[in-house]
Amino acid sequence: MTRRVLILGATSGIAQETSRCFAAEHAKLFLVARDPQKLAAVAEDLKVRGAEAVETHQADLNAYSDHPAIINRAASVWQGLDAALIAHGSLPDQALVEKDSLVLRDALDTNYFSAVSLSMHLATVFEAQRSGVLAIIGSVAGDRGRRSNYVYGSAKAAIATFAAGLRLRLLPAGVKVVLIKPGWVSTPMTEHLPQNFLYISAQKAGRGVYQAITSPTSVVYLPSYWKWIMAIIRSVPEPIFAKLKL
Amino acid sequence: MNSYTSWGRYPRSHPAEVVPLSWISRIPDFNQFSHPVLVYGKGRSYGDTCLNDGGVLLDSSGLDRFIQFDTHTGVLRCESGVTLQSVLRLSLPDWFLPVTPGTQFVTIGGAIANDVHGKNHHRAGSFGCHVRSFELLRSDKGRVFCSPEENKDLFAATIGGLGLTGMILWAEFQLKRASGPWIECEQIRFEKLDTFFELSAASDENYEYTVAWLDCASAGHKLGRGIFIRGNHSSAGPQDSHGPLPLPGFEAPEMLISRPTVRAFNWAYFNSQFRESTRNRVHYEKFFYPLDRVAEWNRLYGQRGFLQYQFVVPYQNREVVAEVLDLIARSREVCTLSVLKVFGSVSSPGLLSFPRPGVTLALDFPYQGQPTLDLCERFDQVMKRNGGVVYPAKDARMSAESFQTYFPQWKELSNFLDPRFESDFWRRVTPTNGNRQ
Ligand SMILES: Cc1cc2nc3c(=O)[nH]c(=O)nc-3n(C[C@H](O)[C@H](O)[C@H](O)COP(=O)(O)OP(=O)(O)OC[C@H]3O[C@@H](n4cnc5c(N)ncnc54)[C@H](O)[C@@H]3O)c2cc1C
Ligand SMILES: NC(=O)c1ccc[n+]([C@@H]2O[C@H](COP(=O)([O-])OP(=O)(O)OC[C@H]3O[C@@H](n4cnc5c(N)ncnc54)[C@H](OP(=O)(O)O)[C@@H]3O)[C@@H](O)[C@H]2O)c1
Repeated sequence: MTRRVLILGATSGIAQETSRCFAAEHAKLFLVARDPQKLAAVAEDLKVRGAEAVETHQADLNAYSDHPAIINRAASVWQGLDAALIAHGSLPDQALVEKDSLVLRDALDTNYFSAVSLSMHLATVFEAQRSGVLAIIGSVAGDRGRRSNYVYGSAKAAIATFAAGLRLRLLPAGVKVVLIKPGWVSTPMTEHLPQNFLYISAQKAGRGVYQAITSPTSVVYLPSYWKWIMAIIRSVPEPIFAKLKL
Repeated sequence: MNSYTSWGRYPRSHPAEVVPLSWISRIPDFNQFSHPVLVYGKGRSYGDTCLNDGGVLLDSSGLDRFIQFDTHTGVLRCESGVTLQSVLRLSLPDWFLPVTPGTQFVTIGGAIANDVHGKNHHRAGSFGCHVRSFELLRSDKGRVFCSPEENKDLFAATIGGLGLTGMILWAEFQLKRASGPWIECEQIRFEKLDTFFELSAASDENYEYTVAWLDCASAGHKLGRGIFIRGNHSSAGPQDSHGPLPLPGFEAPEMLISRPTVRAFNWAYFNSQFRESTRNRVHYEKFFYPLDRVAEWNRLYGQRGFLQYQFVVPYQNREVVAEVLDLIARSREVCTLSVLKVFGSVSSPGLLSFPRPGVTLALDFPYQGQPTLDLCERFDQVMKRNGGVVYPAKDARMSAESFQTYFPQWKELSNFLDPRFESDFWRRVTPTNGNRQ
């Protein structure tokens, strides 16, 4: 069976690797991204890597009014959709979001509101179809607020709560909702940060996302040891956590 | 975590800045940097051709996309950071690399910039012989399409151009037909160099791949013994293969790299081939990339790193091989690996390409300070007397004078350099090259 897959934020470092896994199984890919040159490069790569068909759609995903049209088109080109991945995101400069409300709003739009809006439209499609997988990339940053990135973290926490609720709504329809929480991944998003041994490659993360989509799981940490790291981090009492300066 | 060293981890060099590249459409203007720039592929060059002390390194590993692959003609176009490993994973079982070096963790950009060669040089020439076109990004001219027809001088200067003629954005090259991932491989023991040359000459015609491993730790009457390896692609299926590896992959902790252990290892490896000759059907990875099985084996050499000395001499001067082995035997240096091959006459379009007809020998030495450098210097004297040339991709120490003797075309290359590009290697071997210092 040829899977029909929608990738939102298809130029993301992680999403590209996930798409390569789908291309290798000759899936049909509908790619959405905002930069037309990057989008074209990704589309060509995936065709060479074996994708049976590749459709592209250029859009800024913070333009909500386009969402229905994007989802409709993606769901109709190949008469249905087997999976959708919401991968776009941004790691805002914490100092900047603390001062500039427009930057703050953009960060929340990118990491939370747009993903919710897209999910709602996808939920309608999948519910009607009575099948499908909706995958959303969250982050371990959503598991506990930290000084260095709590705005980003709060959006990732919110999307996790949203996904949990949506999962319950779609359960009767046989639709799966999976939330993937990567730890640190080497992608353009983190290239300005000093790397440490906990960083994994985009390829490893992207494959993890692919496995999460294609297997029966609902919340996935990438790599899985982050589940234990975050369990410890969540359990550290606040007074001590405050001293850790994370 | 990324460290930008070369494969030999000598010399150490510290870029002022590293810029990871992810998109061809988003490459920063080279003129915006206050330091000279250089592209860094996978750092599989042994010496300093991929280093830029105090400068900017542009890390091309994020440019890993394919652009076009014609599965009928085997013409592949891809971004310059694509590795040989990715190409093989895509192209097999129908197509194989036209030329491959002894590691698959090399980028297409790096393969062109050093015009790499492989075990089939006698048949196929170097990698550059199979490049159809590429696009360069230059600080002075912007994007320039290069092929044997268009901008052909810049095309020739870039093949083997040591990364100094601008950045290769993407390249298109011709793969060759394959019949699957299996190689029919034969290994033959030889006791002296003359036998190697006989075997090599007798095999050129019927074997696509030929190379030999030399026991570099033996002296006296054992000097020049080794194992000759030849192979062809096989259309047959897998076969259990328990024979020795085509080349040894050593898995020893750092302190084991000493004269007695290396001697013991060479002895054991040579004698692991009990019969005079063995035949095996092996997977291509085992045949071409035995060393890749130990990730980062270069770290076994410890903090000080190691050197590789690879030269080619005209065939009629092949006694140089024995002379060099003799110099090693009489020195205190430990040669850990030595690989011998006869190059063929297919010439490369590259202006500064290293491969040329003759005999090539590659030698690894743990870096032990001045004495190691002195030994290499003695090799250089032998080269200059015999029309030899040393491979820049493997070099970390040759003098400017030696380089300019080996590659008199370097002056011509100077005309094609991107004014913003420099490397540690180039600064070292052309110190008097105008105001570029
Ligand atoms: C185990 C092992 C076995 C080897 N065997 C062989 C062999 O059999 N034959 C052989 O020929 N070589 C061999 N080599 C050497 C290796 O193939 C070359 O050094 C190769 O060029 C390394 O490619 P790289 O991608 O790592 O490039 P790097 O080493 O990072 O860079 C090499 C040069 O390419 C330039 N460059 C890289 N990308 C670009 C680009 N996009 N645009 C412009 N310039 C660029 C760099 O500036 C630099 O000058 C071997 C190396 C190892 C480690
Ligand atoms: N990298 C990590 O360490 C890490 C860890 C945990 C979670 N994550 C999450 O993983 C996901 C993928 O990130 P990544 O690491 O792959 O980073 P990335 O390569 O920087 O990808 C982010 C992508 O989001 C796109 N994007 C941002 N705003 C957009 C908008 N308004 N409209 C359309 N596209 C938009 C970007 O497009 P452009 O290319 O056009 O900028 C980019 O392709 C994100 O949700 C991120 O939060 C990452």
